Amino acid sequence: MSRNSIRDTFFEECEELLEALVEGLSAMEENTGDMEVVNAVFRAVHSIKGGAGAFGLDRLVAFAHAFETVMDKVRSHDLEVDEALMRLFHRSGDQLADLVEAARDEREPDSETESTILKELEAYLGESDKQDDFSFDALSLDFEAAPMSIEPAEPALRRFELRFRPTAALYANGHEPLLLFDALAELGTLEVTADLSELPEFDAFDPNDAVLSWQLTLDTAEDEMVLHEVFEFVESLCDLDIRVSGQSPEQQPEPEVEDSTAETVTSLAPSGIEAALPQTTQDTVEDARPATAPVQGANEPRGPRPTLRVDLDRVDRLINTVGELIINQAMISQRIEELELPAVSHLTNELEAYKLLARDIQEGVMAIRAQPVKPLFQRMSRIVREASEATGKKAKLVTEGDSTEVDKTVIERLADPLTHMVRNAVDHGLESPDRRTEIGKEPAGTIRLSASHRSGSVFIEIIDDGAGLDRKRIFEKAVEKGLIAPDAELSDQDIDNLLFLPGFSTASAVSNLSGRGVGMDVVRNAVAALGGRVSISSLPGAGTTFTIVLPLTLAVMDGFVISVSDQTMVIPISSIIETIRPNRRDLHQIGTDGRVIAVRGAYVPIVDVAGNLGLASSSNDIGGGVLLLVGTEAQGLAALRVDAIHDQRQVVIKSLESNYGAIPGVSAATILGDGKIALILDPDEVVKLHPAAPVLFTTPQPRTELRHA
Amino acid sequence: MLDANEGPTEAQFEFITFSAGNQSFCLEITQIREIRRWTPVTRLPHTPDDVLGVMNLRGAVIPIFDLSARFGLGQTSDNERNVVIVAACGDTTIGLLVESVSEILSVNKSAIQETPDIKSEAARQAILGVISVGDNVVRVVNLDAVLDNDRGAVV
Amino acid sequence: MTKVLAIDDSRTIRNLLRVSLEGAGFEYHSACDGVEGVEQFTEVEPDVVITDINMPNMDGFGVIETLRTGPNRTTVPIIVLTTESGADLKTRARNAGATGWIVKPFDDGSLVSVLRRLTGHVV
Repeated sequence: MSRNSIRDTFFEECEELLEALVEGLSAMEENTGDMEVVNAVFRAVHSIKGGAGAFGLDRLVAFAHAFETVMDKVRSHDLEVDEALMRLFHRSGDQLADLVEAARDEREPDSETESTILKELEAYLGESDKQDDFSFDALSLDFEAAPMSIEPAEPALRRFELRFRPTAALYANGHEPLLLFDALAELGTLEVTADLSELPEFDAFDPNDAVLSWQLTLDTAEDEMVLHEVFEFVESLCDLDIRVSGQSPEQQPEPEVEDSTAETVTSLAPSGIEAALPQTTQDTVEDARPATAPVQGANEPRGPRPTLRVDLDRVDRLINTVGELIINQAMISQRIEELELPAVSHLTNELEAYKLLARDIQEGVMAIRAQPVKPLFQRMSRIVREASEATGKKAKLVTEGDSTEVDKTVIERLADPLTHMVRNAVDHGLESPDRRTEIGKEPAGTIRLSASHRSGSVFIEIIDDGAGLDRKRIFEKAVEKGLIAPDAELSDQDIDNLLFLPGFSTASAVSNLSGRGVGMDVVRNAVAALGGRVSISSLPGAGTTFTIVLPLTLAVMDGFVISVSDQTMVIPISSIIETIRPNRRDLHQIGTDGRVIAVRGAYVPIVDVAGNLGLASSSNDIGGGVLLLVGTEAQGLAALRVDAIHDQRQVVIKSLESNYGAIPGVSAATILGDGKIALILDPDEVVKLHPAAPVLFTTPQPRTELRHA
Repeated sequence: MLDANEGPTEAQFEFITFSAGNQSFCLEITQIREIRRWTPVTRLPHTPDDVLGVMNLRGAVIPIFDLSARFGLGQTSDNERNVVIVAACGDTTIGLLVESVSEILSVNKSAIQETPDIKSEAARQAILGVISVGDNVVRVVNLDAVLDNDRGAVV
Repeated sequence: MTKVLAIDDSRTIRNLLRVSLEGAGFEYHSACDGVEGVEQFTEVEPDVVITDINMPNMDGFGVIETLRTGPNRTTVPIIVLTTESGADLKTRARNAGATGWIVKPFDDGSLVSVLRRLTGHVV
């Protein structure tokens, strides 16, 4: 294990500790008197500090120290936790998380917030605590001036006379005088004489009594302080007298190493312990021999639950192989179907069993990548706190189904959309505390975050108990923005879905949180990119629920098998709003090559997929083919024209980038039942591509240009 | 393995020779995974014409390059003898369409000569060196240069 | 080989100790809290114990007291790992029966030299 990988595990551990911290802080809020909880919080901060110190992360150490010191005062009942202090603890926790993240990414954290919080924390500390602070800072200096440093100059040897008389406690604490003498012997030439005068008669000997004392003479170039350091741990466990007796008689500038060792060993054999010493030396030398082969895996820590840490690469390789197994199974199925065997054939049954087994293995392997949503949900408590502070609204977060497991990558990529939705729920969903009181609601609104598994999908719901969607306002806004015709007849559901249209924003007053140019369309696209979808339901006066439905895994996807020009391709179902067989009446030509279709009173541009991919369009008939209505980030609604939809099926996703590189308009590939590769289209990117004349297809272009085209 | 008779021998290299664009090329045998018959590929949009498309190699998606076109020697014409050489370089696996595979060549390191001073920088990069076999010159392909698809066609 | 038992609730610290100690030729064992530490002590029979102070279930003082005063009391060296350099804590640790202490953050050199001083382990 290298220092780098220890550093990685440190940050992994920090994640867990921060999680425990957030959990502990919410528990503290519920019950400030529970000292076990305070202890747990203290330990989390303390462990982060300890690890951070090992990697020289000074800012992190300093902040954690201040945080921990205040928490320690709570622990020792010197400080009462009130609402203000609780809030400070929460903010300190958030700041600590930021500092950890900054340290991990090796960037400079925001020092303004940090110093504000530090000042507030320090305000809780008395004078004596600050002194503690000082001694802590001084500690790293201890190490710089480690006693091992070698002086360049050769100072004169001096002779020290030492009298050393251990108490019984010295032995009880696990000390061994011989080892102290060893340490002294390393400093120079040592002579030891045991004083046996107090040794009782054999019968009266109690091994627990300390009766031996020693007289030592040390010739050394070291300072007296270094001698005291040797006895640092036994201070107060012995009578020690160190005295300089003058210049050493033997003024050899530097005794030869071999000589001095030999001398030490011989002179280190005082009567009384003669037998013990050579024995010890020999033993230790022997013991040290196999040192080059440390015991592997000897008793690593047993966690609360036995787990196995596996390199993610290995898991992904396994997932890949299982993917191949599934494809292989599909191919065999297809081949056997082609044989048109009689229906009674056992083969069909066996094949079905094979298929089920393969799916089982796949699910089992996918489960390895699954992680509980808890850390993700916990992060949202901070968002709720920050959003309510920024908007002056009161809100609390309730989470349900924390232990629901979702693919690791899904969790990572869900963070942004979820943050946005939770922020929105506080900002737009909840009423002000005054308004809530007026209509008989609790002044503090509740944001409920829940996760669950239902019928092979993951459901994540963001529920607020606010005012519900103002449909009249949404409709007006959509007309204002030209997204729908003023006379469009829309159901409540249709109106709610207008929120997802690009360029739509309901914020009538610009708050601190909106105006970031992020709308629900971005959320929708982010979820769609994960193969999921978002829906809304709202009850006036009672609140709004956003539901995100995600596939359990990213390795397979539900897609339409389509033809484009002469190629078979796949398009993710999650990206398609609806499929349209165009009615000639709804199609209109704009300019020379622009074509649009009227959908519910709005004009949606038609994008010819074959043309944009640089393939020969199979027909110039604008009425031919099928239109797939998609919502895109860049251009809003678009209707993708393809030649036909053949099938709907689950496909295994294969990366194109591992062996080739990114292809514009294509997100990945899959292998169909006949063993052929089909490209999976990325609707957003297809729309962005300019229709390319076929000649462009044969001309190499710089890839960067293509990507941004 | 020690062979006392050979003394301090030179390292032996084994190459597979093949022809592309009517010229002789070779690749070190350790870089070659397998040689397959040509089967139709799935074309990729917006790629240079030396990128023929992608092929399914036991569940992996690998790109197939037309080596002749890659070296600016024109597209390889359809022929029954055409084969795909599957080669690996680091973690990347690719296929190269060539006209035909000829033989295995075993040479000493000293038999590999430096690429003659030719004008085109790109061509020089694509060729690691040359080996003389009788009257013929066999060019040692630099797989890294072929893989470097940022540049499009090499020549 | 000299056996070390390290008791610390921080995985990072345990990792660092493992690397330093195995590198210095110790046989390394570890436990992640005081209770497990005391259990491991009976099982492993280490030549030296390194313990953290702040730990769940049983803290470092608890470990020292149990090992020093229990029915199977031992005089095996017990070294306290601490982030505080205050004299208070050292006195308290010594009174409880600790043999020595190492201040975190520690470097390999100081860690091994303290261990060597207390166990006689030859590097």
